[in-house]
Amino acid sequence: MIPLAPTDYDAIRLSLQVSLAATLLSLPFGFAVAYLITFVRFRGRVLVEVLVNLPLTLPPVVVGYFLLLLLGKHGWLGSLFNAAGIRLIFTLKAAVIACAVVGFPLLVRSMRIGMEGIDPQLINASRTLGARWYDTLLTVILPLSFPGLVAGSSLMFARSLGEFGATIIVAGNIPGVTQTIPLAIYEYASSPTSETMALSLCIVSVAISLVVLFLHESMAKKMARKN
Amino acid sequence: MQLSMAIRKNYGSFTLSTDVTVFGDRVGIFGVSGSGKSTLVSVLAGLVEPDVGEIFLNGECLFSSLNGINFRPEQRRIAMVFQQHCLFPHLSVKNNLLYGFKRCPEKYRSIDFSALVEVLKLEELLGRGVTNLSGGEKQRVALGRAILANPRLLLMDEPLSALDDTLRFQIIPYLKSVSSEFGIPYLFISHSLVEMRLMVDTVLAFEKGVMVGQTTSEQLARNRMGSSQVGYINLLKLGRPSDEGSLYAYPWGAARLLLSEKSERDESVAELSSKDIIIFKQHPEAISARNLLQCKVCSLFSSGRRIGVELDCAGNTLISEVVQDAVNELGIVPGSTVFAAVKASAFRILPG
Repeated sequence: MIPLAPTDYDAIRLSLQVSLAATLLSLPFGFAVAYLITFVRFRGRVLVEVLVNLPLTLPPVVVGYFLLLLLGKHGWLGSLFNAAGIRLIFTLKAAVIACAVVGFPLLVRSMRIGMEGIDPQLINASRTLGARWYDTLLTVILPLSFPGLVAGSSLMFARSLGEFGATIIVAGNIPGVTQTIPLAIYEYASSPTSETMALSLCIVSVAISLVVLFLHESMAKKMARKN
Repeated sequence: MQLSMAIRKNYGSFTLSTDVTVFGDRVGIFGVSGSGKSTLVSVLAGLVEPDVGEIFLNGECLFSSLNGINFRPEQRRIAMVFQQHCLFPHLSVKNNLLYGFKRCPEKYRSIDFSALVEVLKLEELLGRGVTNLSGGEKQRVALGRAILANPRLLLMDEPLSALDDTLRFQIIPYLKSVSSEFGIPYLFISHSLVEMRLMVDTVLAFEKGVMVGQTTSEQLARNRMGSSQVGYINLLKLGRPSDEGSLYAYPWGAARLLLSEKSERDESVAELSSKDIIIFKQHPEAISARNLLQCKVCSLFSSGRRIGVELDCAGNTLISEVVQDAVNELGIVPGSTVFAAVKASAFRILPG
């Protein structure tokens, strides 16, 4: 039996909560951006692509710092939320936002691959059969890009489980409030007497990731067979 | 149907330019690959916007660069049958069929689903997915789906080119019967002269993005006889065959033909190239060809470096091709009597 402290269970719960919330929050935006990049020809498309993929190449700490500037009390967005009585920094919401931003490129990338695999003639067929663009979007593009959507979601969920750099900057490391598994491991690793506890959480982290990735692979195969 | 198009679409190295008005319910667009057929179809369907011009269908303006009119594809009521079937892989056969039907305004929903399913023989397939259907079944479903949308014009963009020969000729009767049964005019796109002659009356011929002629499918085939490697293909409607020694005797109007190929059907269509008909001025004493037909020369026409001879064989028409020297030597003139010899193996029964 792996030894786990009550705060470890909190960290596991928070990790799952944050990852799920970040994935669900990003889904509609990810779908919209993937659709825009794949099907709409517009000026500045390359710029959008670069901006979407930027968090993938930046150190997460840098992303976290920018988020801190944006969401802080005096930040552009933070001040608006603050005026509405909503505090973001050092809350679970900030952890969700950090995970959403860092995992967003993976979600869009997978969805885009799914959408690019759709035969454009199917979209043309739908339009000539009387479907408006949003009808085509819902009845052809969405179901046919579903494998990409599932793949992207599971990748993003897995990435969110491991998110550390951006989260610690904007959400801090508050046990039971914002402390997710990686943050808890970091805390254990910083203390010379908590090696076993750190290892226990590492094993839990690996187990959760393996389950998610197995689910991802089996669903991807199932979808491929179906199509 | 009356269709007027005066449009131009530039793609850099390729420009589609056409100015034509066409009447009729069975119209063909003929041209080799790269002649602009598919671009024209996309423009008509509203999938590609022309640079300039106007498109009118039955008097209604679908596109006018001058007046800023551009109906979206879903507003045009012009359905398409694509080269590849383009069925929605996530929907069943029934839901594919009903896709356009459900989106067709109620006032236009005049096509009876059951009647269409019966005509296209799709009853057994309705509950199935589309991925495991045969090529012919897929194309029948695609056709049914387009028809059920009750379009005012059906565009068929080389719907037979992805099918093998057997399926190709099996589908043609469906394409024709569905359109006539439900009164939907069509524009049939193909680079096959035989398909053109089986499917349409009027043909618009395209070359390098420009319309080069509006003619009948029959005339087009005659015009191209001299430049075609296979010559002019005679399409002969034959009756049910009977055994005749090692060959099969087919009724052909009032005449009779001996073929080496057997058909099990009551009615068949056989191809015969104009190159496979030898003309004699007099009845030859002995000949190995099993068909020797006494014919009257109806007319002569030139096509490239060949002369086409239109023959009347007991009320049936046959086109043979010869060179000018042969015409002179044999004294072939309209009204003269000649003998046409054809080997039994020269015919090819079209699958169907």
